[in-house]
Order: sequence, then C-alpha cells, then structure tokens
Amino acid sequence: MTRRGRVALKVVAWAACLAPLGWLGYRAGTGDLTANPISFITNWLGDWTLRILLVSLAMTPLRTLSGWSWPIALRRLLGLFAFAYASLHFCVWLVLDHFFAWKQMGADIVKRPYITVGMTALLLMIPLAATSTAGAIRRLGGARWRWLHRLVYVTGVCAVLHYLWLAKKANPAPYYYAAVFIVLMAIRAWGWSRRASKNPLPGGERVG
Amino acid sequence: MLIKRGGDIKGGEITDQALYVNRRAFMAGAAALALTPSVAAPGMAAAAAPPAAGQPLAAARNKAFDIPDAATKFQDATTYNNFYEFGVNKDDPSNLAGTLKPRPWKVQVDGLVHKPATFDVDDVLKMAPLEERVYRLRCVEGWSMVIPWIGFPLSVLLKRVDPTGSAKYVEFSTLVAPEQFPAQKKGFFNFGGLDWPYTEGLRLDEALHPLTLLTVGMYGQVLPNQNGAPIRVVIPWKYGFKSAKSLVRIRLTAEEPKTAWNKAAPQEYGFYSNVNPKVDHPRWSQATERRIGEFRRRETLMWNGYDQVAGLYAGMDLKKQY
Repeated sequence: MTRRGRVALKVVAWAACLAPLGWLGYRAGTGDLTANPISFITNWLGDWTLRILLVSLAMTPLRTLSGWSWPIALRRLLGLFAFAYASLHFCVWLVLDHFFAWKQMGADIVKRPYITVGMTALLLMIPLAATSTAGAIRRLGGARWRWLHRLVYVTGVCAVLHYLWLAKKANPAPYYYAAVFIVLMAIRAWGWSRRASKNPLPGGERVG
Repeated sequence: MLIKRGGDIKGGEITDQALYVNRRAFMAGAAALALTPSVAAPGMAAAAAPPAAGQPLAAARNKAFDIPDAATKFQDATTYNNFYEFGVNKDDPSNLAGTLKPRPWKVQVDGLVHKPATFDVDDVLKMAPLEERVYRLRCVEGWSMVIPWIGFPLSVLLKRVDPTGSAKYVEFSTLVAPEQFPAQKKGFFNFGGLDWPYTEGLRLDEALHPLTLLTVGMYGQVLPNQNGAPIRVVIPWKYGFKSAKSLVRIRLTAEEPKTAWNKAAPQEYGFYSNVNPKVDHPRWSQATERRIGEFRRRETLMWNGYDQVAGLYAGMDLKKQY
C-alpha cells in the first residue's frame, strides 16, 4: 500500500473510532441521554469497547483470509482505541456511578464475577498499551513483545464474559459478541495450524 | 446494542390483526360500550370512545400513602421501561407500544374461587372509587422511580370472586399476542427470552394487603401502553418485575405459581423478591439504587420503605426465601 493509502486508512479508522464518542457528546448536548444517563453512558462506552476490541482482533484473521497486509497497520490504533474506551467506561463507573465509593467498589470487584473479569480485561490492556510504541518493541525484542501481546486474547475472553455475566438472561446480545469472538479465534487457530504445517519449526516468527 | 429492530413501520400503519381475527368480539364490545354510557371512565367526553392512553383519568389522591420523595418525571417513567414483551431495551416499550390494543380487554378471574368471572376492563374500572397513590418503584436492576398510580386495592376484585378456603396464592398472567407484543414472535434472533405468558404471583395475604394496587392509570391519565395498559398490579415493596402488566388472567391457586423470571433464572429471582438491601442479587449488590433523575446513588430501604408489610414475613429466613 502506498504511503497516501496508509494515511487515508488511518484517517478513516480514527474517524470511525471517534464517532461513537462524538455521538455521545451530541446526545449529551441535546439532553438526550435517556432517563438514566449514567447507565446509558456506561453501556454505550462498554458496547463500543467490546466492538472496537473485536474489530482489532479481526485484523489478523482478515489478513489470514484475504492475504492483504493493510489490516495489520490498524491493529495498534484499534487496540489503543479499545483501551481508551475501556478506560472511559471504567472512569464512568468510578466517578459517575459510584462517586469514589472505594469500599463498595472493592467489594464488588472481589464479589461480582462480571466486575472481576471486567477489571481483569482492563488491567491486562495496560501493559499492552504501555508497550505499543516502536521503541518498546525494540527494547523488548520482537519475540518477547509478541508473547506479551497475546494477553489480548485473555482480555477478549474477559471482555466477552463481562458482558455475558452482567446481562439479564433474556438478552441475547452478549451471545452475539461471544460468537464473533469465537469465530475470530477459530480463524486464528486455522491460520496457525496452516502455517505450522507449512513450516515445521515450532514458534514460527509470524504468529499474530 | 446490535439488535436490529423492524422499527420502520409504525404500529398504527399495521392492519390490526387482533381486530379482524376477532371482530365479532370487538363489535360486541363496541355495542356494549355504546349501549351503556356509564361504562366509560370518569372524565371521558364521549362514551363511545374507549379510554385511551393520555386521556385524563379522575382519581382522588389517597394522602395516607404520600411520601416525601418527589415524583419521577412523566417523560422518564414512560420512556425508561422494562417490558420484555416489547424487547429487552429500555426504550423498546415506548417505541413499540403502539401495537398493543388495550380495548376491548377482558380479565378472567378464576381458579379456587366461588364466583369465577370474566370482567370487561371498563367494568373493573367501576368496581371501586379510583384512588391516586404515590409509590416508590424499585427495579431489581438497581434503579428506582416514584410514580403516582391510579387504581384501587386488588382485594376489592378478589373479594368479589370470593376465594375458597383452599386458595393460598394468586397468579397473574400477561396477554400473549405476538402481533401486539413483537418480542413474543418466534425468530432466530429471539432466543434466550422469557417463556410466555409472563406470569407472576403473590401469596394470597400479600395480594390482599391494602398496598397491593390494581392499577389502571398513572400521572392522572389512563395507563400508557408501555406501562402495562390497560390493567396491571403494583406491589410497591417488591422488585418491579413482580408487578405484572397487561393482565388477562388472575387465578387463585393452592400451590405457589411458577413465575416468569424465576423460571428463567431461579437462583436470581425468587418468588418473594421483596426489596431488601441486605440480600444481594447473586451478580450485584442491592444495597443502593439510582433514583431516576438523581445523580448520587441512594440507600435502598428495607421493604422499599413500606415497613407495614414486615408482619407478612415474620419468622421467615429472607436470605433463603428471597
């Protein structure tokens, strides 16, 4: 892809990732955050965290299936946006929902499995965000960096479970996200096994 | 939410299947209305027009139930609803409720009673003077409202059918009509829902408690569709899902009735489901709630503040019989 093509791609990705925030801001400005604004904002940010996270996890499978290389150029940007949305989602819970009621929030983190996995998903994203720069990749070395960044699969599992465990039973939405995550992981596994059969050396360098 | 709704067609544009399938019953109902002007609710201008949502409904405020809490805004109470027959989202009921036809409407009251009967809802409206009562409403999800309901004690209706000595429980059933309740339609993406009809239940002494309100209106108006038109119960010391909506049947039984949410998740939604800040939902705390319209959470009150019901549960282990 040309340099101009890459820039255009990133501009589109930035715009797409900022659009949900913009829409939220617009609805806040027009006083249209429903009767329960805090719950609405929390759910909105949570939904978009999960969506952007799943899109970031779809880039490698997209390359596997299509052979295109451009999706890889978007992984970092999408991953960082997922982290940004997750952080905002957490901040709303901390500030607007519980207003720094540390004791109750601490108890919830320990006692409520959906909050435990949600916090886990967020915490696991911190080292990934912190080592997202080219300098960090150089310092860690490619192999170690890739191993570290496989934590994102754990984040994905935790994020999907977070939604599954908090939603009421009659709501089918979390199952859709779980299904998408499973399909993405299955394509990855297929890609790994295909590469392993082509290249008998274990731990091949192109593991995504 | 990713759920795609078929929301492009407005309720009023759909041919009313319930009407043409059941037109004989409809015409009989319309004729009865026309012949008996007194059937119409108080405050109605024309007897022939059935009371519709939004029309005023006269009721005297029963000050005995006044609470210091300010009433929730009407706009909030009618756009932020759980009514799973319309969908799982809070705005589904207000967006989709146009398909519900609250007239003509009959309520069958039967089971272990001496005088089973099927009442037209407009006759139920005349059974007792309508009162306005301002009740707290606490949702099991952790939010709450304050709503001025209009109705009269359910005990009036129950006494009219005269429960037998073996009646111990009351079961409430909501209408099943997929053409009126979109989420009742079977579909590939509709899995995981509740079993229809939505059923709820009370012990007979709970049902006879003066707080238990047979409800036909709110905010001085006929009950809006999304709030359970034309007739529902309101049990203010229990989590909101106990207060079943759009009732077509009230049945007296000897056995504890099966209830919709209990069937869906028995360990989460017990038969009693009394508001209790000390008994958590298995997945979240019930110690606090967000009152709609307020910023900070407030402490949840035992029995939702209705201490007068405590005697109904004397000697019970509220952690076990949740």
